[in-house]
Amino acid sequence: MSAPTVDLGMMHGGLRLPAEKQASTAAPILEIPVPGVLVVPLEQHVGAPSRPIVAIGDTVLRGQVIAAANTAVGVPVHAPSSGRVVGIEDRPVARRHGDAAPCIVIECDGKDRACTTTRHDDYLAMPPSDLLSHILEGGIVGLGGAVFPTAQKLMQAKTSEVECLILNGVECEPCISCDDMLMRENPAQVVGGARILMHALQVETCYIAVESDKPEAISRMAEALDDIDDKRIVLKQVPTIYPSGAEDQLVQMLVRREVPSGGLPTDVGCLVQNVGTAAAVHDWVVEGNPLISRVTTVTGDGIASPVNVRARFGTTAAQIIKATGGYREQPRYLVFGGPMTGKAVTTDDVPLDKSANCILALADLPSSGPTLPCIRCGDCAAVCPVQLLPQQLTWYARADDEAKLREFGLVDCIECGCCDLVCPSHIPLTAEFRRAKHRMRELADEKARAERAKRRYEARNERLAREQSERETELARQKASARAAGPDAIADILARKRGQRKDGAE
Amino acid sequence: MIAAVTTIAAMALIAGVILAVARQRLPAGKDDLVEQVNELLPQTQCAQCGYPGCRPYAQAVIDGSAAINLCPPGGDETIRRLARLLGRDPLPLVATMARAVAVIDEADCIGCFHCRNACPVDAIVGAPQFMHTVIADECTGCELCVAPCPVDCITMSPLS
Repeated sequence: MSAPTVDLGMMHGGLRLPAEKQASTAAPILEIPVPGVLVVPLEQHVGAPSRPIVAIGDTVLRGQVIAAANTAVGVPVHAPSSGRVVGIEDRPVARRHGDAAPCIVIECDGKDRACTTTRHDDYLAMPPSDLLSHILEGGIVGLGGAVFPTAQKLMQAKTSEVECLILNGVECEPCISCDDMLMRENPAQVVGGARILMHALQVETCYIAVESDKPEAISRMAEALDDIDDKRIVLKQVPTIYPSGAEDQLVQMLVRREVPSGGLPTDVGCLVQNVGTAAAVHDWVVEGNPLISRVTTVTGDGIASPVNVRARFGTTAAQIIKATGGYREQPRYLVFGGPMTGKAVTTDDVPLDKSANCILALADLPSSGPTLPCIRCGDCAAVCPVQLLPQQLTWYARADDEAKLREFGLVDCIECGCCDLVCPSHIPLTAEFRRAKHRMRELADEKARAERAKRRYEARNERLAREQSERETELARQKASARAAGPDAIADILARKRGQRKDGAE
Repeated sequence: MIAAVTTIAAMALIAGVILAVARQRLPAGKDDLVEQVNELLPQTQCAQCGYPGCRPYAQAVIDGSAAINLCPPGGDETIRRLARLLGRDPLPLVATMARAVAVIDEADCIGCFHCRNACPVDAIVGAPQFMHTVIADECTGCELCVAPCPVDCITMSPLS
């Protein structure tokens, strides 16, 4: 039996947080019925929003591509159910905290008719490059919450020497349990996805990492691994410390190699994918189902009966919460994602999208008290999993000192929120870092724009000078050739011109 | 004693000649003050400062003939940075200017070519007697194309 191993490297800092996961893992995953209307956002991934390829009035089938990838980084969007397109318009979306962004609105016919897709049971016979482009067509993105297009992550990994695939089932953030439930109920899909990804990457090692507080998921995964008897895939149990599921930290624990500053796990030969992503890859490649639904946790003290659900993208948070049994009381805060890294939204009328691993309704926020001056206790540095110095950084962030922020590694901050939680002065450090990062990106953009404008301005001045000198040379050449022809020729030309002018006057 | 003085004087003279020649011959580098000021300007090339472009304005600032608060697209941020670089006091901005891009109403464009000639960054494409359009990504929002248009078909569309 492939028993979970505990031979691990160390992670710096981190926190032991209350899990808050028992309530939502008590019942099996609840299937949410397809609602009457689906609002499908066009921007559900990292990269430019997809481009609609259907028109209002078109009939669409489940799994049909309704929007195509617009740029090099991007994925197509599929219709989550069959029906008629009734609108391509701006609707509130979670990605923008409840502000409007382009969506395709589908009025479902209730029949849920599927379109035909190709299945590749024989994926082992496919060349890896074909398999990658096939995965791209499935609209699959990282389901851990970062929603980076999976196929493009794999393609990037192929350009460096990757020798190890890591499936991330750690799910260290409190309240979220969708990966836990997925591993309990569909372990075979996860393992199947691992094998497909291993073939696509041509690697011979795969670790599946699960946190130690998920014994049931671990035993179900171990059973699934015994069933296929593939020695290349190893189950690893990691300690329950937040944020052990962050990509770089997980790599550090599993392979004892630190991802360099500003680098990616591929720099140390690893590629990390979420277990949900692996299951989605299996579902698409083997079963022919593109990514049109996901498992998400509906929980929080504002929810009557917390549970994990599988819902189609485009179903609104309000509809999902209603199907689970509604609110306990009208909550004050609705968050997409977990309590540490999630996004607060202003309305429950936002649709479920690919990034939503959790819908959290909170009756109230834990009161933290007023912000006080920093007392330099250093607790923030002790818990920082990236070994940064949050108190230094926050001073530089307030001073807008770009050079120092760079020097002290702001770009490596993973915004886990550990420093916020331990700060005895309740300083909102992470918010400060997020703002500073945004500001640095803005400045870099501005700089690049100015640089381009400067180059174009200089090129134009050069062109004008060149044109001027060309004109002068041409004039000089004409003069010289006329002079060379002698005074008679010039007199001839002048006479001809005068004649023309006279003709014109008459 | 005399030998020492002569040697030092000769060395100083040679070094001076080398420096003088280098200053004449070598291109202005990053350490050139004008170039540093130019780096801080937004490169809109809008000429709102009264100079034909960002570099001429930078030159005027260094010459002392222009104040550091004449750049509307740069805003307060640019004044602050210039003040820090030059050790001068920050001044209030003379006029503000929001970031925008020029948009040509292509239905009304008569292809007169005036706007294309006015654009300091060659961000307008088109040929005489043919419709023109703005390459939005390259437009700096300088507004220099608006005035020359004889049919007033260019508008500035603000950027958020």
